[in-house]
Amino acid sequence: MEAPGSTGRTGLAGLPGELQHMSIWTDELVARSGLRVIDMPFVTVGGGLGSFVMVDYLRIAGVPAGHIRTLTVNDHPWQNYEYLLASSQVTRDKRIRSDSSSTLDNIWGFPGYAIRESFAARSLRGFIAPLWNVLTENVLCDYWTPTSGQVFRSMQREGDRIDYWSTLALGRAHVTRRRHGGGYFTVLTQADGEDVAYRSSYVHLAVGYPGLAYLPDLVAYRHRFGDTHRVVNAYEPHEHVYEELNRRGGTVIVRGAGITASQILDRLISDKERLGTDVTIIHLFRTYVEGAHGPSRFLRRRGEYGWAYQGFNWPKSTWGGQDKNRVRRSEGEAREKWLRTLGGTTTPRRKRWQRMLERGRRQGFYRMHVGEVLEVVPGGLGVVVTRLKPDDPSVRPLELESNFVIDATGLEADIAEHTLLADLLQHTGARRNLLGRLDVEPHFEVRGSRAEPGRLYAVGVATLGGYLAGVDTFLGLQIAALEVCDDLARQGFCKFIGVRRSITQWWKWALGRQP
Amino acid sequence: MTSTYFGRVQTRLFLVFTVGLLWTLVLTPFLSLPDDDRYKVTLTTLAWVAVLGVFVWEPIWHLLQQFRWEKDWPAIYLLLQAVPEAVLVRVVLDRILDASGPVGVGTFALHFATTWLAIFLFVQGPMRVPFLRWRFRGGRIL
Ligand SMILES: Cc1cc2nc3c(=O)[nH]c(=O)nc-3n(C[C@H](O)[C@H](O)[C@H](O)COP(=O)(O)OP(=O)(O)OC[C@H]3O[C@@H](n4cnc5c(N)ncnc54)[C@H](O)[C@@H]3O)c2cc1C
Repeated sequence: MEAPGSTGRTGLAGLPGELQHMSIWTDELVARSGLRVIDMPFVTVGGGLGSFVMVDYLRIAGVPAGHIRTLTVNDHPWQNYEYLLASSQVTRDKRIRSDSSSTLDNIWGFPGYAIRESFAARSLRGFIAPLWNVLTENVLCDYWTPTSGQVFRSMQREGDRIDYWSTLALGRAHVTRRRHGGGYFTVLTQADGEDVAYRSSYVHLAVGYPGLAYLPDLVAYRHRFGDTHRVVNAYEPHEHVYEELNRRGGTVIVRGAGITASQILDRLISDKERLGTDVTIIHLFRTYVEGAHGPSRFLRRRGEYGWAYQGFNWPKSTWGGQDKNRVRRSEGEAREKWLRTLGGTTTPRRKRWQRMLERGRRQGFYRMHVGEVLEVVPGGLGVVVTRLKPDDPSVRPLELESNFVIDATGLEADIAEHTLLADLLQHTGARRNLLGRLDVEPHFEVRGSRAEPGRLYAVGVATLGGYLAGVDTFLGLQIAALEVCDDLARQGFCKFIGVRRSITQWWKWALGRQP
Repeated sequence: MTSTYFGRVQTRLFLVFTVGLLWTLVLTPFLSLPDDDRYKVTLTTLAWVAVLGVFVWEPIWHLLQQFRWEKDWPAIYLLLQAVPEAVLVRVVLDRILDASGPVGVGTFALHFATTWLAIFLFVQGPMRVPFLRWRFRGGRIL
């Protein structure tokens, strides 16, 4: 799932043969290849939210901006995130899915987004509403969550304060290889086409989603019939679907039961009710959640009408409580099992969505079906037919006709789809964990990749299955950054953020002064 | 909050004897209490909030937390928890406190409620300024 500007894979075309085949590079080898070498103590690859919070921590831990380079195709860190949000119908005024204290611009989570929104309000109601919500959240109401606009504006301010922008080195990073004598080389194809090699002690990988994956039956459909118009993925632009439905009405199938499916349904139903169009929505569930579910009385998650409900994509305590400890302390298959119990597809139980779907069920424009898809084939003009696998093979499969199919299942591509990660698995000693992602230590060092005294770290969705459940979340990225920062402090690269530094740095943050 | 049992205990002890103590020291001269025993009354109250909390209440709250899928303790619970805790502290003080004059229910309630509120507000945010890792460690400070 990457922005269009960032999907072009130049591959390793520019890498001289000798370098291509050597897993460990010497300085002489690189010099002979003609690559320009740039020395830089710390390099982070990605330049998305994960890189941003890492740089923020390091700056606060006393590292000068001049010792950090962010190798990225983006000129601002929320670029890819905002692109994915926009496709899945979350514009800047809409609320996202993380809590008030998951503040990307502030490592302490204080003041949280809610209190800031409250103090910026111009009415008494606007002042009280966010505070009342955080006070009663997850009891009387769903969690309070910030708008993406607020998140981006505050990141811009923090970026200015810590001089994030001066760390940017624009281009696409292709490989990170170990260096003979310690540390790493990371090859970047700059915007002007020149390849350069960053020689660094530390490398931090925050490359986000390796790519977009489709449901196999939809891939088969797109391949066989060459139609990318009627069958779309929720994470790529698909405005034409809404435009056509708004113009002519029609039927649309939505697949998936996560927050993105909720957002898509929100858009479909809002449009329909606003314009009074004749649109029917068929929501196709693979598994239908009938009610509260879970292995025991102490592990029971709410659910109804097909959905499993949860405020965030992991239970709250996975970021800093009992579940965090449980995941942190388990190994191998036990951890995998825990993660499967705690994880799964969920959506928040927002009042607005509850009411919308209730209206839809009552008025009959929102229908639910449960089943496994056998295949998707073209029907009459402008129609796609989805065939469901019957329980009894002798019965004819149920056929659902629609004008569009929106895949909101949010499947992720394999990490080896990403050039740099694939190369890492091949040449750097990195391995996969039981969930098939990069195997990392509790402090996010990539196992097997060490080049003493250097360290290679990875964060984000590529490390799912490790010692932290919510790696692909704002707070998870911050926890990871703190772990890395503490590990770097142990190496003597930065200062340890203890009580005193924490207080003085927070004060500087509050005054808007440089760290 | 998403505390572990030890996190709950550490956080409580820390807050009662920092924020709670500070507030109590400031407030005590203004309360209508027998003059000779002012600090004896308020400080004993504070000590019992800590003792009963660690041995009676935190185990109960932590047990109840186990019935929550998210293993979290919402802010409103932390606020409401003050009611039974206050009642028990008052009952205990009635039996054991030997002060030179009576301590009115209103005075006790004012002291208890404002101290609780101060702690509550501190724990919702400012606590994280000195203790950056506290929220990621189930409320453990050490
Ligand atoms: C629709 C959606 C909504 C989400 N909402 C929330 C939410 O509300 N709350 C929450 O906590 N989490 C949310 N998440 C999860 C997560 O926080 C975000 O996806 C976040 O952007 C992840 O940050 P990241 O740094 O790992 O990846 P990104 O922010 O995507 O950054 C990675 C960047 O690296 C760049 N890149 C990749 N490879 C290279 C390379 N070889 N060279 C140079 N650059 C490269 C990419 O172009 C990309 O810009 C959401 C995710 C999605 C998909």
